[in-house]
Amino acid sequence: MTATQHAAPDTAATTDAPESTASIFGRLTPEQLESFGEEMDAIRQRVLADLGEADATYIRNVVKAQRAFEIAGRALFYLPPAWPLAVASLSVSKILDNMEIGHNVMHGQYDWMGDPGLSSRMYEWDNVCPSEQWKYSHNYIHHTYTNILGKDRDIGYGILRMDEDQPWHPYYLGNPLYAFLLMVFFEWGVAMHDLEVENLVAGKRRIEDNKALHAGIMRKVKRQAVKDYLLFPALTGPLFPLTFAGNATANLVRNVWAFNIIFCGHFPAGVATFSQEECEDESRGQWYFRQLLGSANITGGKLFHLMTGNLSHQIEHHLFPDLPARRYPEVAEEVRDICERYELPYNTGPLGKQLFSVARKICRFALPDRKREDAVAPESETTLAA
Amino acid sequence: MGLATSVLRSRTLAALTSPHGVDRYLELVNPMWAAHEVRARVVDVHREVDVPGHPPVATITLQPTSTWRGHRAGQHVQVGVEIDGARRTTRVFTISSPDSRPGDRFTITLRANPEGLVSRYLVGRARPGTMVHLSQAQGEFVLPDAVPERILFISGGSGITPVMSMLRSLQRRTHRGHVTFLHYAQSPEHQIFAAELDEVRRSGHGIDVTLLHPELGDPALSPAYLERHVPGYRDVPTWACGPAPLIEAVKGAYADSPALRLEYFKPPKVAGSDAAEGDVVFSRSGAAGANTGDTLLDQAEALGLTPESGCRMGICFSCVSRKSEGTVRNVLTGEESSLPDEEIRICVSAPVGDCTVDL
Repeated sequence: MTATQHAAPDTAATTDAPESTASIFGRLTPEQLESFGEEMDAIRQRVLADLGEADATYIRNVVKAQRAFEIAGRALFYLPPAWPLAVASLSVSKILDNMEIGHNVMHGQYDWMGDPGLSSRMYEWDNVCPSEQWKYSHNYIHHTYTNILGKDRDIGYGILRMDEDQPWHPYYLGNPLYAFLLMVFFEWGVAMHDLEVENLVAGKRRIEDNKALHAGIMRKVKRQAVKDYLLFPALTGPLFPLTFAGNATANLVRNVWAFNIIFCGHFPAGVATFSQEECEDESRGQWYFRQLLGSANITGGKLFHLMTGNLSHQIEHHLFPDLPARRYPEVAEEVRDICERYELPYNTGPLGKQLFSVARKICRFALPDRKREDAVAPESETTLAA
Repeated sequence: MGLATSVLRSRTLAALTSPHGVDRYLELVNPMWAAHEVRARVVDVHREVDVPGHPPVATITLQPTSTWRGHRAGQHVQVGVEIDGARRTTRVFTISSPDSRPGDRFTITLRANPEGLVSRYLVGRARPGTMVHLSQAQGEFVLPDAVPERILFISGGSGITPVMSMLRSLQRRTHRGHVTFLHYAQSPEHQIFAAELDEVRRSGHGIDVTLLHPELGDPALSPAYLERHVPGYRDVPTWACGPAPLIEAVKGAYADSPALRLEYFKPPKVAGSDAAEGDVVFSRSGAAGANTGDTLLDQAEALGLTPESGCRMGICFSCVSRKSEGTVRNVLTGEESSLPDEEIRICVSAPVGDCTVDL
């Protein structure tokens, strides 16, 4: 970050905007930013150098557990009274597969193991979104341009208004409804994310641009549907409808859980967003800084962290997306310590609190922001001008 | 193909186990069960040569999974081991046992190369029961189905392994022709398969074995020597395998004779440190240039290539490519790596010396 860019936050710091990114960016001098970045790099190096058998054993055990839950779930559908248990088991399987295994493996967290079964290039998850497309929109776009308005398409996923700098439109009156639908159909939303439907509507993207993506999505959707809604139900013979409903329920449970955990990662109150201008020519330190300010954690026990795929440590995940997620709890202690020393916010709280905060935001941004309607425009202009 | 295999490879089972595949489930029950992948259990580790002060040589007997399609004498196989229970590392080794049929046991014979993670692990730490990952057998350096009457084998050092596999196969096939085998080694103490070669020589089944130790005064390989030993050698079907200097000498002696079949055992090139030297080759596109010291992604783009890439800072793994040869330095950590056939993030890897990337 250059000195001139730094001048802007100082002038803007006097306005009454507690969440304003401008005021937060001003908290560190360029020198502090650099040493902050170096401290983060040091954590990364230390963990990388320490990777080994414990990490390999851990992820292999999670895979074993996931497969066991999956097989148990599929088998229990043969016992109609055990239906709830079957659904629970299959739901756990899908959650583990998508979150602690799939999401993390596709980040390349276990590529160092050289195991094709745990390789970011080979892994395909139990979800209708093809891993190839996910890696582009998530690993590249979202993790590189985290919370930069106009660049990070995960801000509202092109459907919701989740930030005051997204201009209001009567369409957004449906914010709570869209969020609810996205929760229920989350895997489908994720699968369609790369099609950039909002950009199609806005005329920034042509339908032909999606041709190659359609084929990949359809192939994956077909495989998932054949498995969950045809073959496994058919294998249970007369219990077909029950198994069908059970598989659908397990997919729904995974959708609801994943949606809620993921929405707590970037949307609770206090999480900052950034303009493209303030992120130009960003230094490594500033990138780390943005990841910290743009993410939020959820507190909880060990089992909870596992079931969230350690996305309960969204801050650490965004700082170190390619470190095995099981390391995030240990890394979090150091990150918190660094944040205290630099007097930086560290956004965390129990699931209930974070969810409530997200829900409030979804509802608040459904309506035009009366309070700041006049104030926002000139302020952002001063930032731009500087 | 048995019923079990047909079921395991069926489309229905593939659909039921999608997206992970049958093997990801089978391996959890029993590592020797597989529908597509090839793995093997180490059955025996036998020290062939153990001269103090020199790297030991061992023959390792492997029981492959039923997915192993067998091999032809002279072929090699990729063997992957999990070093310290975590990092799978794969190298190529020549099979030393005679032709194998699907699912048959076979052996590899290897020297514990002091620089070689895998060979050191296999010779020093593998025990009966250790699991390894395999490819199918590979390589064109094999005997034809119709074996010629007259055969000449020339090998040097570890290059004896494929020749040994061929010799053993010929004996098993009760080959009635005449085989001449010339092997170059450092000294008699270093001789792998010494007892077996002695046995072969004395049994006199038309196999003429000559062991040569040029460092101890034996004649080096030359056209004159070959002519004296095997008159008209240029027309004798010949298989030669060994280190680069020996192969160069053989090539010179045979000129362009179609009777010669070769296999190199490439010595790994040692790269220098910081300075940008050497050449960068992008093998798939054929693009090449002098190493500028920049990251491989930058160099590829400077040469007009458009490899897949994303964050350009090592976090998104969009640009992971296979480096087939050479040393690269991770520009973030400064860590250098010389492993062949290694997956690297080209956006944060800069070549150190010559480097070949599959792009």
